[in-house]
Amino acid sequence: MGHSGTVPKGDSRSSREEQSLIVAAGILVHDQQPSKASRAFPAKGVELNADCSRNTKKNMIISIASGKGGTGKTTIATNLAVALGSKARLLDCDVEEPNDHIFIRPHVNHTETVSTKVPQVDMNKCTLCGRCQEICQFQAIVVVGKTALTFPELCHSCGGCVQVCPEDAIAEIDKEMGIFESGNRDSLGFAHARLFVGQVMAVPLIDRVRAAAEPDKINIIDAPPGTSCPVISSVKGTDFVVLVTEPTPFGLNDLKLAVGMVKILGIPHGIIINRSDLGDTGVTEYAEKENIPILMEIPFNRLIAQTYSNGKLLVEELPDWKDRFVQLYEEIKDHATKP
Amino acid sequence: MQRNHDIKELIVISGKGGTGKTSLLGAFASLATDKALCDADVDAADLYLILEPEIRKRQDFQEGHRAVIDQDRCTECGLCRDLCRFHAISPDFKVDPIECEGCGVCVHFCPVEAIDFPIKTCGELFISETRCGPMVHARLGIAEDNSGKLVTLTRKEARELAKNRGLGLILTDGPPGLACPVIAAIAGAAAVLIVTEPTLSGHHDMDRVVELANHFEIPASICVNKYDLNPDMTGVIEQYAKERGLPILGTIPFDPIFTKAMVQNQTIVEYDRRSQGAEVVIEIWEKLVAGFCLQKG
Repeated sequence: MGHSGTVPKGDSRSSREEQSLIVAAGILVHDQQPSKASRAFPAKGVELNADCSRNTKKNMIISIASGKGGTGKTTIATNLAVALGSKARLLDCDVEEPNDHIFIRPHVNHTETVSTKVPQVDMNKCTLCGRCQEICQFQAIVVVGKTALTFPELCHSCGGCVQVCPEDAIAEIDKEMGIFESGNRDSLGFAHARLFVGQVMAVPLIDRVRAAAEPDKINIIDAPPGTSCPVISSVKGTDFVVLVTEPTPFGLNDLKLAVGMVKILGIPHGIIINRSDLGDTGVTEYAEKENIPILMEIPFNRLIAQTYSNGKLLVEELPDWKDRFVQLYEEIKDHATKP
Repeated sequence: MQRNHDIKELIVISGKGGTGKTSLLGAFASLATDKALCDADVDAADLYLILEPEIRKRQDFQEGHRAVIDQDRCTECGLCRDLCRFHAISPDFKVDPIECEGCGVCVHFCPVEAIDFPIKTCGELFISETRCGPMVHARLGIAEDNSGKLVTLTRKEARELAKNRGLGLILTDGPPGLACPVIAAIAGAAAVLIVTEPTLSGHHDMDRVVELANHFEIPASICVNKYDLNPDMTGVIEQYAKERGLPILGTIPFDPIFTKAMVQNQTIVEYDRRSQGAEVVIEIWEKLVAGFCLQKG
């Protein structure tokens, strides 16, 4: 199989001509607010101490995360989503290395370029006063000699330079960060985004994917590995975090970091142990001690590994897994709605 | 400054997480001489678990600022909330420390100067001795940002350490992914080794980091871990590498010994040098040394 086999069907839509057609047709909607400003349910995410009664609303957002990479987030997210079918929506927030589409093979019916705002200085108006340089915390705009230089890759799109410029010499232009795509696989809704290679900031793309959540669905978010900004952006404001780990010293170390993160965010969480028979008892003991529910254990099995390696779904190749994932959802729902 | 050119740095990356970067780098640490070690996966640093460092020096990593509204001075005019693009300020004028980007716009424009802007401590950096040589590693604070800058600082400290000790090589464990921490980890490296696995996901992610390495003009080579879990996919990856002129330095079999060694806090070479897995890893290391002149003499 050639490498092109891994690219989703609708990818050809991302060609520039077609994008401009979409723009012309008024379909392409750029985020007017950059970065963290655009959330599906902004009221939930913004105030950390917001009252918890919102958590009892009809449908939920479940995020799948892990400190350590390669523990099985994608396996859990894709199989859970497909097991739930039309009730679910799968949102792949690992915009650096999105993989869900490999398993889902979605029919993509919407493609758009995601941009952030970066400054552009009109040198006819600029008096080289340097106030933009002073306010910028990210060294993204610098006055050198007789010109003001911008470094778009360092810009966080805060708009400070535009606000502070006394000559009104700074405008904001779009910088393209990546591609967002949405579509479906039969009745299952799907969205993901792909950061352009060489781009530094993943968060604006993650925000775009999260904006594709639907309030009447079970939204399943596949988060990137780690515990820093891209992960926070992916799991913040969700109703439950599933932490996927493996029973090894590395798995345990990174699980502890991930638990620390979800505790700061105040989100109910549970653990799935993958390759549960390869390692030691450290993770189980930790979960017991911390009173974190173990939602599922998946032993190492060559058949499972091969199914995954070929981009196939457990719920389709190994029939009894469908029930297990439906059951997993029921268990998550119980834990998420517990007071 | 000129001496820096004598120090070579090899970075192990993967795109996809969990392909075996740290186990492999640990094994190289057992094999290499005349080197410093650097864990640039500051988000989830694991190398220290194998190498059990004796920490000699620790320092706070301070980077960026965070806005804090002084409720006594605040007149609740609302300008900060209008200007903040990150929705970080609540209706009762508290700054959410997680949403705050540290841009300082609210601080600058507050008409009554009610917003303080203290510097943030985002993590810690450690310089240690290990049985395999000196090591620099770091820990990003939980839910903190600036991971790319901490990666850069960690690598800089490792370079400094190598320079002071007259060591010619730095072995760096890189983070997964493609964005800022990875870019910070590979910039200016002598070579990257990409560890992949024979899965469609591993292949897809490897393709993106290969493109990234090309973008920054860093020579890349590849090894396939757990190759026998899907020999056909390994073949596809080998073909891919051949077409792009990327050397495949080895294919490592699936061997539970990697996990057993980790559980014992040992590198796979220390645990069982004669195991199938260790033998292939030793071969990969020898090819790296020869290919990039990583070791003197």
